[in-house]
Amino acid sequence: MTPADPAEIWTYLRQDPLLWLTATLVAYALGDLAFRRSGRKPLVNPVLVAVALLAVLLRVTGTPYERYFDGAQFVHFMLGPATVALAVPLYANLKLIRSTVWPMLAALAAGSVTALVTAVAIGAAFGLRGETLLSLAPKSVTAPVALGVSETIGGAPNLTAVLVIITGITGAIVATPLLNLFRIRDWRARGLAVGVAAHGIGTARAFQVNETAGAFAGIGMGLNALLTALIAPLLAPWLVALLTG
Amino acid sequence: MIVNLVVLLACQLAGEIAARGLGLPVPGPVIGMALLFAALIARPRLAQRIAPTTSALLGNLSLLFVPAGVGVVGHLDTLGRDGVALMAALLLSTVAAILAGVYVFLLVARLIGTPE
Repeated sequence: MTPADPAEIWTYLRQDPLLWLTATLVAYALGDLAFRRSGRKPLVNPVLVAVALLAVLLRVTGTPYERYFDGAQFVHFMLGPATVALAVPLYANLKLIRSTVWPMLAALAAGSVTALVTAVAIGAAFGLRGETLLSLAPKSVTAPVALGVSETIGGAPNLTAVLVIITGITGAIVATPLLNLFRIRDWRARGLAVGVAAHGIGTARAFQVNETAGAFAGIGMGLNALLTALIAPLLAPWLVALLTG
Repeated sequence: MIVNLVVLLACQLAGEIAARGLGLPVPGPVIGMALLFAALIARPRLAQRIAPTTSALLGNLSLLFVPAGVGVVGHLDTLGRDGVALMAALLLSTVAAILAGVYVFLLVARLIGTPE
């Protein structure tokens, strides 16, 4: 075999899933390193850093997202089994959960309705209308449910997908400083509220902070997916009509 | 390890089938989580067995959102001229939802006397 020149190697690599799978893991490892080196500053969120690094890399190399995803899909796929795995911390915290069923359900209802109503109301106050406003309504819910809800109520699922991810990263960044500022020390309350407001990305962040918070965040995420799927189709169109009439 | 992954994938698969078959408004993996939870209550020893695998997955949960996040960067222009309004709504609404959830949780916990 004759040695290939660098351009040929690159042509091969950029077609191969291996390169982009490796790049995803390296970018995340760098993001995690930056997070630790910063003294765990919430703004240096590992997901945010990794996404920024990869976005620049794709732009510089002129790689379309679809080709990147050929490699990254192996990481993306693990979201399903990881969601199932949330049952284990749930089970480990069963006693704690049993004793807090009513606070949990009340907080779920409050967080879920607040997320939906304030998003639509603030959007309307900033001059958003119609489809854009409806796309905002399910932004706190895990992506597959949010897309379905958005379509049902007349939003734009593409826009909702972007809003859901940004909401998750926002929640992961603001939760710890916000709750420390308000001197909230109850990990159950902290976790549940973050899971309801910022779905899986908020839950991932909660697991980094505290195991109990992570377990409650997982419950908050799961229950809010169910609740929003039920109430958004009733509440969102009515609210949008009321506010933008 | 392999058996543990089979347990997770089997629950997810059953969840996907249930979600589609019954037309439920919840994604398959979330139903899979409920199924695994039921299995753990039925067979408590399963928890110890699969814990190493699930801890490894959940310890790196953030990583799994990176590919979707990169996809969002390419679609940031869908925010268009509404970008500022949308970002303001997301930020303020997320803060409001977190605080509402936390304070209602603490209030109800205090009312019914749930120990920390």
